[in-house]
Parts: sequence; C-alpha cells; structure tokens
Amino acid sequence: MDIRVQSDPFQPGEALDTFCDGPTDVGAVVSFTGIVRDTGGLTRMEIEHYPGMTERAISEIARRATERWALSRCLVIHRYGSLVPGDRIMMVATASRHRAAAFEAAQYLMDYLKSRAPFWKKEFGPDGAEWVAATDEDEDALNRW
Amino acid sequence: MIDVMYFAWVRERIGEPHEALETEATTVAELVAELKTRDPRYEAAFADLSALRVAVDQELANFDAPLKGVREVAFFPPMTGG
Repeated sequence: MDIRVQSDPFQPGEALDTFCDGPTDVGAVVSFTGIVRDTGGLTRMEIEHYPGMTERAISEIARRATERWALSRCLVIHRYGSLVPGDRIMMVATASRHRAAAFEAAQYLMDYLKSRAPFWKKEFGPDGAEWVAATDEDEDALNRW
Repeated sequence: MIDVMYFAWVRERIGEPHEALETEATTVAELVAELKTRDPRYEAAFADLSALRVAVDQELANFDAPLKGVREVAFFPPMTGG
C-alpha cells in the first residue's frame, strides 16, 4: 500500500510504470487519474485537507479495498494546495491477479476517497470563490458497496 | 484541554484554523452548544448541524460522541475529495 498526500505535482505515467513493476503474481493493473475540470470560467482550485487524518483515512480505505479484493498492490496519490484546470489532482492504481478485482477495487477507492477522505475543494472564477458542495450522488455511490 | 480544528467554510466563518479550549462539555454536542454561546461567529458556523461533519481524534464521529480523554475535535463540511 502506497499512500501519498502531497502539494507537489506528479506524473501519472511515471507512477503507473513504477507501480507495474513488482512481484509477478499480478495479471491486471487498473489506474484512474483525476484532472481539474474547467466547468466554465474556473481559474484555479484550492484543495484543503486535514493533515494526519487524511493519511489515516486513506490508509483505512485502501486497507479495506486490499482485503476485500485480495489486491497485490494499491497506490493512492492525492494533491492539496493550488491547482489549475488540466492539473492532475489525484490517482489510484490497483493490482490483482485478474482484472475484475482491480477494476472494482479502483472504483471502490474512488467512491470512498470522494466523500470519506478529508479534502475540501474551493473553486475560484471571475465571479468569486465558492466551496464545492458534496452531492447526494457521492453519498449514494457508497451504498453499492 | 482539547484542540478544536475547523476546516473549509467552517474555518472561514469562525476565523481560526484551530484553538485550544478548556471545556466542561462531555459530548461533542455539548461543546457545540457551549461554543455557540461564546460568539456570533460560532452561531454562524454551527447554525445547521446537518451540514457539518465531526471527527474525534481524527476519526469520523457523531455529535453525541463522548469527549472523555479526547485530545482533538474537528468540524468541517461534507468532504469533497477525489
């Protein structure tokens, strides 16, 4: 389990390539990269987090995913600080013997990171700044697990 | 002494990221009630508890969570990671 909470940018390709190296009982690697989307006039985004709790919460989510899908490896990178459209915000990667487990575990990680990891996004645009609100869909997404 | 932390718009409404408090409160809900009597800033931040989440010693908790032995309480809106 490799959990990184950082303000620095990262290279998803490089991270994925490194992630693919390792014990060779792995037959499938799935990765997801989240990118700052310009929803119309977004100039930048500030991501705040709760140092200490963030790492704990993500580790717990990753531990549960690793157990449930018997993952061989699992990677989570999540940035905080100031980002602009096009920046890579976060990435998850999962490795398992077969692809179904890797896909499902990656979706599980994403669903939980969305609403159970202590990050908060504030969007800045020409009309000022606004905190991004959590949606019912985010919460509903957890029910399928 | 409990370290109380605030994040996102809760932090903005209260005007501090954290503060150390002496309190007689035995639960999170009692702590909230006590804070609301201190200053209108807290009244504004805690007006709608359904819009807030709480963590006790860095674990998500409920507002009826006990404070005995607790070192850190955090208040924040629903999380928006990912």
